[in-house]
Amino acid sequence: MVNIIVEASKYLIIIFFAVYAYLCFSVFSNRKTDEDKAAIFSGQNRLMFFIHFIANVDILIKSENKEIIIFYAYQVILLASILILYRFLYPKASRLVVNNMCMLLVISFIMLSRLSLDKAQKQFFIAVISMIITLFIPFFIHKIKYLKKLTWIYGIGGIFLLAAIAVAGRVSYGAKLSFSIGGISIQPSEFVKIMFVFFVSSMLCQSTELRHLIKTTIMAALHVLFLVISKDLGGALIFFIVYLVMLYVATKRPLYALGGLVSGSFAAVIAYFLFRHVRVRVLAWKDPWAVMKGEGYQITQSLFAIGTGGWFGLGLYQGLPKKIPVVEQDFIFSAISEELGGIFALCLILVCISCFIMFLNIALQMKEQFYKLIALGLGTVYGFQVFLTIGGVTKFIPSTGVTLPLVSYGGSSLFSTLIIFAIIQGLYILRQDEGENNDRSKKEKRKVKRTKRKDEKVRKE
Amino acid sequence: MKKSERNKELAVITYIFLGIFMLLMGYFVYFNVFVSEEVINSPYNARQDVFEDRIVRGDILTNDGTVVAKTEVSSDGNQTRVYPYGNVFAHVIGYASKGKSGIESLGNFSLLRSHAFFLEKMYNEFKKEKNKGDSVVSTLLLDVQQTAYDALGDLNGAVIAIEPSTGKILAMVSKPDFNPNEIDNIWDSLVSSEDSTSTVLLNRATQGLYPPGSTFKILTTLEFLRENKNASDYTFDCQGSLTKDGVTINCYKGSVHGSVDLITSFAKSCNTSYANIGLTLNNTKFKGLCESLLFNQKLPFELPYKKSSFVLSKKSDTSEIMQTAIGQGKTQVTPLHMAMITSAIANDGELMVPYLIDSTQNYSGVSVKKNKPVSYGKLLTEKEAGIIQEYMENVVTNGTAKTLAGQSYQAAGKTGSAEFSNVKGESHSWFVGYANKGEKEIALAVIAEGAGAGSEYAVPIAKKIFDSYFN
Repeated sequence: MVNIIVEASKYLIIIFFAVYAYLCFSVFSNRKTDEDKAAIFSGQNRLMFFIHFIANVDILIKSENKEIIIFYAYQVILLASILILYRFLYPKASRLVVNNMCMLLVISFIMLSRLSLDKAQKQFFIAVISMIITLFIPFFIHKIKYLKKLTWIYGIGGIFLLAAIAVAGRVSYGAKLSFSIGGISIQPSEFVKIMFVFFVSSMLCQSTELRHLIKTTIMAALHVLFLVISKDLGGALIFFIVYLVMLYVATKRPLYALGGLVSGSFAAVIAYFLFRHVRVRVLAWKDPWAVMKGEGYQITQSLFAIGTGGWFGLGLYQGLPKKIPVVEQDFIFSAISEELGGIFALCLILVCISCFIMFLNIALQMKEQFYKLIALGLGTVYGFQVFLTIGGVTKFIPSTGVTLPLVSYGGSSLFSTLIIFAIIQGLYILRQDEGENNDRSKKEKRKVKRTKRKDEKVRKE
Repeated sequence: MKKSERNKELAVITYIFLGIFMLLMGYFVYFNVFVSEEVINSPYNARQDVFEDRIVRGDILTNDGTVVAKTEVSSDGNQTRVYPYGNVFAHVIGYASKGKSGIESLGNFSLLRSHAFFLEKMYNEFKKEKNKGDSVVSTLLLDVQQTAYDALGDLNGAVIAIEPSTGKILAMVSKPDFNPNEIDNIWDSLVSSEDSTSTVLLNRATQGLYPPGSTFKILTTLEFLRENKNASDYTFDCQGSLTKDGVTINCYKGSVHGSVDLITSFAKSCNTSYANIGLTLNNTKFKGLCESLLFNQKLPFELPYKKSSFVLSKKSDTSEIMQTAIGQGKTQVTPLHMAMITSAIANDGELMVPYLIDSTQNYSGVSVKKNKPVSYGKLLTEKEAGIIQEYMENVVTNGTAKTLAGQSYQAAGKTGSAEFSNVKGESHSWFVGYANKGEKEIALAVIAEGAGAGSEYAVPIAKKIFDSYFN
């Protein structure tokens, strides 16, 4: 009996999640009416709760820990609250983004419960606090009009935090990443990412004259420099790419981006020869099998996990994901791939892509340059981080030690990503207001559509 | 229009990112389809053990479909690994408990995975019954293996036979042997170092290092050919012994060969003439040649093996030079390595990587994966291979392996008697050679420990194998 449940649930989870991922994209089809879309989004919610339920039954059966039942109930309350509160407080928010946010949290809770219930509970606690705080963010984005005037608060504040961490940070896995305040470990770079995007957006929306650009670039370079000093290579790379992308879009000059890319590559080569830990990462990437017992241990274990899992996965509690060091954080994708399967992992990438598209979609729609750049910057932060972590654990690129947003264990990462999602929601709401106030032609079109639809309804009746 | 103009850069960024995401997903699919098989087969993959709880270990078959290893499950769920041919396949199939060896180790992951029809697999999983693992089809041929095993008889030694055009290993025998059915019971006595039979588990075909004896004259000849354009003009007057710097080299059992050219020296295995040749060779180049034929090198082979060694250098003295030229001295080879060289000669210089697993199939016989022959590259040129082939054929027609002449197949080879102790006359009996009949071809190396001359012991063993393969 136990076997039937565990085996069937393995395939059910894959099927449900595949349908969920499909709906993320099919919802954009032109023929879909608003009612259709609403139905799809509700369908996604049901699928999410199914997956969540099935997986927790598995976990309960396999771990035989009754605590799971109560923990599961708390999770359901949190997820339901997020969905309901967003619908009532922000009816104009993007439902797809809310759904994806919850879905990724569900995957995170499932995997962390399986790996370490203690960590899962900590993560859940942080999720609750973060959700309560970030629920106000869309409101503030809407109300506070002087956000773009705080340029130097973002810039100087960010550099100050990064400098502090470079000087006094705690070393973990070779990099200085965190402070410990009152027993809680905080990774400031996760939050500085957001400040940095705000800083660059506010600078670039003021002017794109050369002198102004040089000022901005120097500030950006300082950010990257402090991260390199802290040996946070993944972080440095993200800041660097985000700046190039924003610079390119704001100035419309591909040459700037190309120039940046070339000088960045030079810097990377210099870093390779200068820093041992850079060489180690590249070495472990080029031929991990040659250094399997040393530098290549983590990545080879990760590849064993992904490979052994195959397309359908070994099933929850059937694999050995704990063989991978720091599996809950940087290598959570490998654990997911091992136990839930390669198909599930591919769908997870699709859901992340769906989030990324929604982020850039709002950038496309925003009229005001400042908000446009913020959406672009945050979208790039998110998309590039997803690429770095999944690319790293699958040996597509050298591993840089970054987390998978919303899925990996880590309070700062979770909190900052929830802030990013909330800001994006704020922009969606802002955009809808913009639309209602300014875009007359659209309104007229909508009217025409509405009457058409009415006609159809009449005909059907 | 205006809007799309304004957002061109955003579109570019979106497409670039979608592009790299597509690459990432493509790579992930590629990894799962093409790379993961090899990755997860690694003995360092601890996850293999997880499978033993869910899968009944699959069968191992010979290339002609005979089951040579299977797992029997008794009614109370106890599993026993059964080897119907017992000692015959002992080393090459290996054992699956007490650590793993042979094909049991090589194909471990395939044996522990099931590619049964997925509905059947799900059905079994629901019933909480173990699925049947995939079968591994080896390259071995039952008849050839059995013949080789019987032909070696009570002698210690090894036989390895390879198909030159593919690298398929057709037989691999090592003696003394053991009964793999009894491995759990005899293990303790086999591994205790004081026991005299402690080398029983050693696969002599791949891990036994022997002096090559006269079979090494193949390499000496090859080097002489490379250093002398008109090597065919070489003549030497054999008086039965050659003395230089106080060291004397004798021909086998005091034979006197008289005036010999190169091909006759090879056919008669004239030690005196080869010692003479050795003295003319450039030691550094000779070493280079041997290393290009994989002495002192890693072999392209998946099971544990020993590296062959060749240590001649500028500093070597006359005695060592003369000894080395006739295959004594410090040179050591494995039967596997000699068989590979012979196989390359038979295959016009190209070495095919030797392999033991032909394919895997699910338990009901549906193919899962087929291994294709892989070329290692040219060990010698086609022209050189042609000359050595001619010399080896002459050994059969006019030389030390006449027993093989006049058969339904064409045989060629080189005998050897490798002295391994100071006691005169105690020597290992060697034969390396190949034979063909139409398209069918087989190369082999035979060594019978302490038996005496190659022509007396090793050649008849080779003949039995050829007979069994071609008739």
